[in-house]
Amino acid sequence: MAILKVNSLSKNFGKVKAVQEVSFEAPEGKVLSLLGPSGCGKTTTLRCIAGFENPDEGEISLDDRRITHIPPEKRGIGMVFQNYALWPHMTVYANLAFGLQIKKIPKDEIIKKIKKVLNMVRLEGYENRYPRQMSGGQQQRIAMARALVFEPEIMLLDEPLSNLDAQLREEMRFEFTELQKKLGITAVYVTHDQAEALVISDKIVILNQGEIVQSGSPKEIYSNPKNKFVAGFIAVTSFIDGNVDSFSNEKKKVMVKTDDGYVIYGFNSNFSIGQPVSIAIRMNTLKIFQDESKKVNMFRGKIIQSSYLGNTIDYKIKMGKWEIRTNAEAKYDYDIGEEVIFYLPPEEIIVTSQK
Amino acid sequence: MQKSSARKTIEIIIFTLFMFFLFAPLFSMGIWSVALRWYWPNTFPQEIGLDYWLQALGITKSLTLGAVNVIPAFLLSLGIAIIVVIITMAIAIPAGYSLAKLRIPALLKGMILILFLLPRAFPQQPVFINLMLMFNKIGLTGTVFGVILVHLVVGLVFAVWITASTFSSIPPELEEAARSVGASRLKAFFKVTLPISTPGLIASAVFVFLTSMDEFTGTFFVGIPFVTTLPMTLYSASGSNIQFASVIAILLLIPSILFMIIIQKFLKAEHLGGIGG
Repeated sequence: MAILKVNSLSKNFGKVKAVQEVSFEAPEGKVLSLLGPSGCGKTTTLRCIAGFENPDEGEISLDDRRITHIPPEKRGIGMVFQNYALWPHMTVYANLAFGLQIKKIPKDEIIKKIKKVLNMVRLEGYENRYPRQMSGGQQQRIAMARALVFEPEIMLLDEPLSNLDAQLREEMRFEFTELQKKLGITAVYVTHDQAEALVISDKIVILNQGEIVQSGSPKEIYSNPKNKFVAGFIAVTSFIDGNVDSFSNEKKKVMVKTDDGYVIYGFNSNFSIGQPVSIAIRMNTLKIFQDESKKVNMFRGKIIQSSYLGNTIDYKIKMGKWEIRTNAEAKYDYDIGEEVIFYLPPEEIIVTSQK
Repeated sequence: MQKSSARKTIEIIIFTLFMFFLFAPLFSMGIWSVALRWYWPNTFPQEIGLDYWLQALGITKSLTLGAVNVIPAFLLSLGIAIIVVIITMAIAIPAGYSLAKLRIPALLKGMILILFLLPRAFPQQPVFINLMLMFNKIGLTGTVFGVILVHLVVGLVFAVWITASTFSSIPPELEEAARSVGASRLKAFFKVTLPISTPGLIASAVFVFLTSMDEFTGTFFVGIPFVTTLPMTLYSASGSNIQFASVIAILLLIPSILFMIIIQKFLKAEHLGGIGG
């Protein structure tokens, strides 16, 4: 268990700036996720921590030990790879024992440790199997066991669940969280799946084009995305751009005016009057109403697209030049081209910066 | 029912043709190697016997058959081939590994691979005649060492290409995983990459061995008159003495067939390896 510190890390591949000035701290015994689209630099950052890439600039330290330039085998960091990277020519036992044998740990102790770790990942008695004789989920667990068996100070995981099917992935999320909490190990988890990051993380660092865009707890990031990019990444599906027009009585309530004349109210006190902002609307924020019962944020729009999902219907509604997606109960059954009245609850919409 | 029996018939015909094309020349060679007298219009030899075999294997010493003891030539070929395999692999494994795993600019990598291919890119005779002229100056012609050098040139072409592609087919994460649990670069190579790439390396070694066993052109120009490998003996016998030539040809086939069996065994192991997830 240790605190991992990454301090203004930069790494270029030729002219490509893969990671730029990335700094964060992984708290002891917690899970930190590096979240971002492919090519955002999250895997490169992880590989720098593991020692597979040499950073151009910056420092990486474990507690007070600087590890920036020491070879990977001397770092004491466990790593779980996206494709598991189990050694195909070795049995599960040999896969798990490999690192322990290098450390010259006595055989009976190795047997004991392997038994314990297999028990942890619920694969008792699999010692003599070869990786090819196991399912993807089982291979994944062995990969995790291999990273844990030598009791590393910190564990790195590179999209470990992305090769599994959806149902198994969800199961494994909980299993991972349980295991991590039980061991109290510090973990850095790379993923492009925001749902996964929200579930498993204590802290999320969002990266885009090699730079940190926002970091914080899952709740902070979900409820208060810093800009359009973060909002879009955390499940926001529609945006309306406008400018801050005024703040009303309680000071926190902000009125945003679009250039085509819509007035939308939301809550956020971080902006000043005249600043360009973006209204971010989640899939289930928009409420379709039959009557105009609310005073503000009531709008008219036209259904331009609909997809039937059984108990709900996905609509795309056009409001002026803006398009809003929503997920309505199936009782609101409209045809394409029909006009609807809807309400955007001010406390549920997010006001965020455009860039 | 009807369909499957028709299909079966076709399969049998194809199989028979295949076996015929594969084994008929060998069969004819086998008959020739034991034919003492065989004149037209007889379908089979009038007189058969192991005289040429005994002569070639050095058991009898007759001056009338026109055949010599080929055991020294066979052993020389075998010895050269083994040395060539060892040296070639000692060069090709690190070279192939570097080309596959290290960050070498694509242009440089291409140039190195082409460089290894060059000796094969031109007609063989001019290449080896030039080599002979150079070797003449430094006294390497007519020596076993010179012949080994020629075989290395030929063998490295296959070996470097095959080992490079073998190593690059192994996901880099396998080695990285080894390093993350505490293995040095060298240990990761010997414990993970090398065992996984064994089938490819064996295949490459067998290729080198067989090309060295069969190599004629280079050996001819560089080796004469003192280095007589089995293919050279075959060449001098092939014009005049079909029986003797057949015996040598069969002797040359033995290692090839043995190694084909070995390759098959290892290729199966590669399938079992199930590389990747």
